[in-house]
Amino acid sequence: MDFLDYAFMQRALLAAVLVGITAPAIGIYLVQRRQALMGDGIGHVAMTGVGLGFLLSTSPVWMATAVSILGAVLMELIRWYGKTRGDIALAMLFYGGMAGGVMFINLAPGGSNANLTSYLFGSLSTVSPSDVTAICLLAGFVVLVTIGLRRQLFAVSQDEEFARVTGLPVRALNLLTAVTAAVTVTVAMRVVGLLLVSALMVVPVAAAQQLSRSFAATFAIAVAIGVSVTIGGTVTSYYQDVPPGATIVLLTIAAFITLTVLATPLARRRARAAAAARPAGDPAECAIPAGREADGKVGV
Amino acid sequence: MTVEDGMTEPVISLRGVTAELGSRPVLRGIDLTVSRGEVVALLGANGSGKSTAVRTIIGQVPASAGEIELFGTARRRFRDWARVGYVPQRTTAAGGVPATVTEIVSSGRLSRTRFGVLRRADHASVRRALELVGMADRAKDSVNALSGGQHQRVLIARALAAEPELLIMDEPMAGVDLASQEVLAQTLREQVAAGTTVLLVLHELGPLEPLIDRAVVLRDGCVLHDGPPPRAVGQHALPGHDHVHPHEPAPVRTGLLS
Repeated sequence: MDFLDYAFMQRALLAAVLVGITAPAIGIYLVQRRQALMGDGIGHVAMTGVGLGFLLSTSPVWMATAVSILGAVLMELIRWYGKTRGDIALAMLFYGGMAGGVMFINLAPGGSNANLTSYLFGSLSTVSPSDVTAICLLAGFVVLVTIGLRRQLFAVSQDEEFARVTGLPVRALNLLTAVTAAVTVTVAMRVVGLLLVSALMVVPVAAAQQLSRSFAATFAIAVAIGVSVTIGGTVTSYYQDVPPGATIVLLTIAAFITLTVLATPLARRRARAAAAARPAGDPAECAIPAGREADGKVGV
Repeated sequence: MTVEDGMTEPVISLRGVTAELGSRPVLRGIDLTVSRGEVVALLGANGSGKSTAVRTIIGQVPASAGEIELFGTARRRFRDWARVGYVPQRTTAAGGVPATVTEIVSSGRLSRTRFGVLRRADHASVRRALELVGMADRAKDSVNALSGGQHQRVLIARALAAEPELLIMDEPMAGVDLASQEVLAQTLREQVAAGTTVLLVLHELGPLEPLIDRAVVLRDGCVLHDGPPPRAVGQHALPGHDHVHPHEPAPVRTGLLS
């Protein structure tokens, strides 16, 4: 545990744990609404923020936060109004964001693409005390939203049309989800990097789904996986001198594969238990897609 | 806004409502009134605008002209959503993440809660809604493990969880096995007996026919018929209604198997 003696490692671990919590916490809602790649898009847009931060000599973290929030709100508005041409508009937003980042950073005095690399792939060992403050504040916001508003976000992400009829402010909640995702991207930027952040939002949720039947359990397991892989990846990178961002993402994928393999017998056992629990007259619903003929025939 | 006597006040009122999807006009000025306690079926072929009509009522599709009122209040100003239960047209209740039957049905109770906090009474209502559709024994199961008919029962339980005065259902019988159809018809009978007002979008009358007080038939975004449920002639005159046989003596089956 000697790595805990170094201040940079303490900061790195704190940042990593916060990312491990926040990325799956907002990611689960994105997966639920089938927008798993939204985090990736926001990551592209955030590059313009990083570039602007260098150009204006302000904090790249806060600048990236501002720009990615703007980008996420734009994406939500495009989704709302864009209808058929929405995907083209999103493509322009993503690649415009990336090109803007490269442009601004090269315009900055002494700036080059090398500066960008630490934001693209993470640079955990260079997390500064002011970065940690920013990450703590932003992570607090993400946790507050994703846990405090879990029932509302669940309803809107599950079935937007129905949520409207329960009187929920659907549009505001959609915007809040987008903003929270943008904030999470900038929290994770220093740890796993803008290009890899989406993996931490999506893969722990996908891995958790292999074990869980409920949303609540999926949430808890995904966050547990997130925290385990971020700590594991950070510590591994300390001892082995490998890049932490890539290590964390590869560990997450390894967790997904392991859980998938382990879950197969579990799923089989559940299916058998469900079949045994069914009353004798009730046929097992299988093979027929809509399941309607199966019931009808047996009843006669 | 018209202030009328509480008893005769229409629960749903549409006057000259038009709506477009993209640039294509889907509703071309429809009038529709549903009074308290009535069970009204909205019929019509695919593309006649019946789903769009319902979606303008709940605000999912914006109306480009006309007036929509719910319980005598203009829809834009209507906030009392706990009085409305909605069953959207779905083949599945599942989203991108596993969820239990209880979790899905609980979201129907949100309109009765403050800040989304479910109290003991709310949990009891969710359980009661599950009992109404005969799904109480599946409460803790993942919706991914359910059949098509059971998905529909979950969606209806979700609408009933708020104990609404008005039920709006968009094709609740689509893709539903016969056993579930009977359960749903029974559930609806109980709701109607308790005084719930119902607006149903249906492709065919099917096992719900005995419950229906009035039918509104749409064609090309216009109201073609508004009155008693259409019998043989009127119904069969419509395009796309080739397998509805309401003139048969015991129309308890939907014709799905015939």
